[in-house]
Amino acid sequence: MLFGEHVKRFSSRSVPKLKRDQAKVPSGIWQECPHCHAGFYFKKAGQYRVCPECGYGFRVTARRRLKMLTKHFDEWDSDLETRNPTEFPDYQRKIKKAQSATHLKDGVLTGKALIDDYPVALGIMDPLFIMGSLGTANGERLTRLFEKATEQQLPVIVLTASGGARMQEGIYSLMQMAKISQAVNDHGKAGLAYISVIMDPTTGGVTASFASQADVTLAEPKALYGFTGKRVIEQTINKQLPNDFQSVENGYQRGLIDEIVPREQLAQRLSQLLSILEAKKWGEMT
Amino acid sequence: MTDTQAVIAGARSDRKANVYAMIDQLFTDFFELHGDQIASDDPAIVAGLAKLADRPIAVIATQKGNNLEDRMATHFGSPEPAGYRKSLRVMRLAEKLNFPIITLVNTPGAYPGADAEAAGQGQMIAKNISEMLKLRVPILTLIVGEAGSGGALALACSDQIWMLENSMYSVLSPEGFASIMWKDAHLADKAAELMRLTPDWLLKQHAIHRIIPERMLTDGSLKTALTSAIGELCQQDSATRLAKRAAFFRKF
Repeated sequence: MLFGEHVKRFSSRSVPKLKRDQAKVPSGIWQECPHCHAGFYFKKAGQYRVCPECGYGFRVTARRRLKMLTKHFDEWDSDLETRNPTEFPDYQRKIKKAQSATHLKDGVLTGKALIDDYPVALGIMDPLFIMGSLGTANGERLTRLFEKATEQQLPVIVLTASGGARMQEGIYSLMQMAKISQAVNDHGKAGLAYISVIMDPTTGGVTASFASQADVTLAEPKALYGFTGKRVIEQTINKQLPNDFQSVENGYQRGLIDEIVPREQLAQRLSQLLSILEAKKWGEMT
Repeated sequence: MTDTQAVIAGARSDRKANVYAMIDQLFTDFFELHGDQIASDDPAIVAGLAKLADRPIAVIATQKGNNLEDRMATHFGSPEPAGYRKSLRVMRLAEKLNFPIITLVNTPGAYPGADAEAAGQGQMIAKNISEMLKLRVPILTLIVGEAGSGGALALACSDQIWMLENSMYSVLSPEGFASIMWKDAHLADKAAELMRLTPDWLLKQHAIHRIIPERMLTDGSLKTALTSAIGELCQQDSATRLAKRAAFFRKF
């Protein structure tokens, strides 16, 4: 049988050769954009790790994302760690793994930063720490970010990236949404501004709380921003949804986002906004 | 059947599906308000003004419905953004009139539909949580059956959170939890055991204030308990109440 022979010849001779050839390209050199699926040599993504075709910003650790934004940073509350409040099996092992991947104790980096010359309280969520999910430790760190900002009269900037509530922390995770929202309220009551920057992905309980409570909401191009996971919605309505259903571009059209800002321009856009927010008010002495 | 499974079965019982019956049991002269005053009227949220022991009160509840038609309309008690807007509208009215608020919660979560998502489901929940935490009037929540996810929390940022003996409160429905953790919603029973969603455990964690035995629903003592709890909350000044409400959530 011709077909059978062909398969045999292909598997016995070509495959080992193909495998040898493939081995000459080390992994990570050739990359594919998860958004537009364009393939490219990894250095083309540049220092900002952006797809050269569509502008999608790759998911990077919070520490790396920080370096793209500012050089001036004093870290706060770096030692906060979860105590596994629901005694969830195998959770500590997962935490350890995430800690070594991100060089964070939990999924957010917070501290005081300078954007140009403007001091701000800055939080950056880490999508590589159990999908940036919201638990007690990163929830506490974000709460303290707002509380310290209120004390020190600083505006807050949070770059969000999260799969939503941390399932392993159960009700404690849900309570973080109320806890952080209260701190956001108190910060707002002090007349201070809060800017959120939606990164990929921002979903679930983070969308349903502080990510969507900012005075100004910016977003990175092509980031996913939604509440319910696309798969769950599709199962509920028994229909396929378009790929861009929960894109920030779509959210911008629907009035949920103020501006979509490419990564390399974020510092400059924030600086302009801060120059207005921090300008001397009418009637204040010059 | 394990204890957890028994609690879930009791929480999802058909007896609890019609919140109008419970409203009639607890309150008098319930005057329902319809619509979000912007786009539509979500039947999954029942809201209005009533009297409890002859004093004025605002009532906000989730509704599942007793027949298939109602359950389709309410998506089995899962509110859409318009429902949360209606809830917020009535909460603001209560604030203006200085009426305490009682919320009755029985929802697996906010409705996960495409239209709901497109209309800003997550953003609306975020807003309700934020606004509820600011309300100066007393708020008491009774979890009647299911209370899942942000969709439940958006009605439960309250001064007092009570749960019926057979009710559940969790970060997500057991089915959703199993789907996220193991990509298989059929493992809901296994999920439920791990999730710690029973009133007993939640009370030990101080995630709720009180467990209400089911019999108090039928023998009239729940009404008495609500009356005295609202009375006590009204004795405190609003700054004290707000500080306590904030401290309750701050401890997590």
